Amino acid sequence: MAIDRTEPTTAPGQIQLAVTGVSKRFGGVRAVEDVSIAVRRGAIASVIGPNGAGKTSLLNMISGFYKPDTGSIVFDGTDITRFRPSEIAACGIARTFQNIALFSGMTVLDNIMLGRHVHMKAGILSSLVYWGLAQREEVRHRARVEELIDFLGLQDLRRQPAGALAYGLRKRVELARALALDPKVLLLDEPMGGMNQEEKEDMARYILDVNEQWGTTVILIEHDMALVMDISDRVSVLDRGRKIAEGTPAEVQRNPDVMRAYLGGVAEEEQAA
Amino acid sequence: MFYREAGAFKTNYAADMALYPLPITRWAVVATAVLFIVIAPMFFGEYVVSLLNLILIAVVGALGLNILVGYSGQISIGHGAFMSVGAYTAAHLVVALHLPFWVTIPAGGIMAALVGLVVGIPSLRVKGIYLCISTLAAQLIIEWTINHVQWISGGVQASIQIPRPSVFGVALVHERQIYLFLLAFAIIAIVATQNLVRSRIGRAFIAIRDQDIAAEIIGINIFRYKLYAFAISSFYAGVAGALESYYLGIANYEQFQIDVSIDYLAMVIIGGLGSVLGSVFGAVFVTLLPVVTRIVLDSAGRVFFSYSDLLSLVPNLRLVMFGGLIIFFLVVEPDGLNRLWGNIRNYFRMWPFSY
Repeated sequence: MAIDRTEPTTAPGQIQLAVTGVSKRFGGVRAVEDVSIAVRRGAIASVIGPNGAGKTSLLNMISGFYKPDTGSIVFDGTDITRFRPSEIAACGIARTFQNIALFSGMTVLDNIMLGRHVHMKAGILSSLVYWGLAQREEVRHRARVEELIDFLGLQDLRRQPAGALAYGLRKRVELARALALDPKVLLLDEPMGGMNQEEKEDMARYILDVNEQWGTTVILIEHDMALVMDISDRVSVLDRGRKIAEGTPAEVQRNPDVMRAYLGGVAEEEQAA
Repeated sequence: MFYREAGAFKTNYAADMALYPLPITRWAVVATAVLFIVIAPMFFGEYVVSLLNLILIAVVGALGLNILVGYSGQISIGHGAFMSVGAYTAAHLVVALHLPFWVTIPAGGIMAALVGLVVGIPSLRVKGIYLCISTLAAQLIIEWTINHVQWISGGVQASIQIPRPSVFGVALVHERQIYLFLLAFAIIAIVATQNLVRSRIGRAFIAIRDQDIAAEIIGINIFRYKLYAFAISSFYAGVAGALESYYLGIANYEQFQIDVSIDYLAMVIIGGLGSVLGSVFGAVFVTLLPVVTRIVLDSAGRVFFSYSDLLSLVPNLRLVMFGGLIIFFLVVEPDGLNRLWGNIRNYFRMWPFSY
């Protein structure tokens, strides 16, 4: 590989991202209330919950779009609670969006090259001159981008405008752009939303491969229960802004609170009957 | 157009990322450019060359505005004011310190960039029409300041006379001499812009224009890059303003009023937002349009209008036509002349077997 990956400062298996007691209100709505989640380095941690449970709000706080009203977020020993989103990205936390946020007018290649932004150094002057420093840098980072293009099978789409692609492919390009950051933690907000079964399985394989090849920690929001239970190491369940359960997939599936949240109290009725 | 693209294989990324990936296009472009842009004007009449000179200055200014409006998506109608900052800075340095052009012109650019940085600060909070108004305010404030502060304006006329620049001890007094001088600046501006927009900084500008939230999530500090865009754009404006005052032999705030800002907006919109070639097309089009209208009206207009009516009609008609053309292009062809050119080129790319 042309570029040395910066090694995380946290040892494998140690807590890499600690979200402690965060709350966020919007007017009278308590989007997230006193939620704590600790994610170990190299784990795939999923956050599940019914619509409006506060999953995306939690992700927005980790990636810096919302500042929590209370609580703290510590990443690799650094308190990132008040960081700007761009600073958090520079720390090595990448994310994708529920409703794809690609640069639709740009080519797939440029989209992924943009993911390398924080690793590139060319300033205004060297960009204007280009030949020399900036060109060498472009070529060096292009090599890494091509690896990702190969990894995600986007070879024939390099020069296509990202906006013209099919939905599933756009999700894949967005994943490629997030991976181009060489993230230590990857936040995925419903990466399989709106996909058919085959596309979902492809995406699940990519997530597992990323986790295995590069040891990237993954935090995943997803609605497809079977998939979540298959690939996650830990699952946290949110309901109405609160964390109601946490554990291995098997533990969470047996939890009565979780059943109640998802099935609206059917479990109790069944017991009564 | 008389070659085919098949069979050109690239073996490294640098070749794939070149401006003209095919060697034959590279040489064709250089040869055509030398023939039509460097050699041919040496045989044109003085008047035609003077028009070309105005176009070259406009190219530099339009590229600057396109970096801000077309690439970064930040609107500005204060471009004329930034030009005046460059013009007065250069003029003062020439008159007071007798500095050569290669100091005064960049200095004009840098001073304009500093002013542009300050004007760009509201862009963090306000977008679209509100940013438009705040840059309009900047235009009027800068105009007023230059006009009313004695040590900037240089006296009651608010104008400073400057001699033509000299290169290697030769004063550029003839139109053809200064043409080559301005051409050098225009080419540097074109190449630099082309380089900027294909590397890290330019990609970040486009990212902010297309999706500011996504830009932030991949680590682009939006505020900083918006300020960069304002500074770079104003630098170009400052250089264009300095060139214009060298060319006209005078720095005067009346050359850089609000109608100039609107002319430049017309150039980037008609030429093509977010396109280097479009900036050039726009500069040519907007500079030549009033000339062509005047020629047409002079010859044909006598049939319908009296001579005195014609005199008042020409300048007003110019504004009406720019207004109309901006609306026309925004509605019909938002990508401007650059897209029309692209369509023609693509048609001939496969010609005559366009399937």
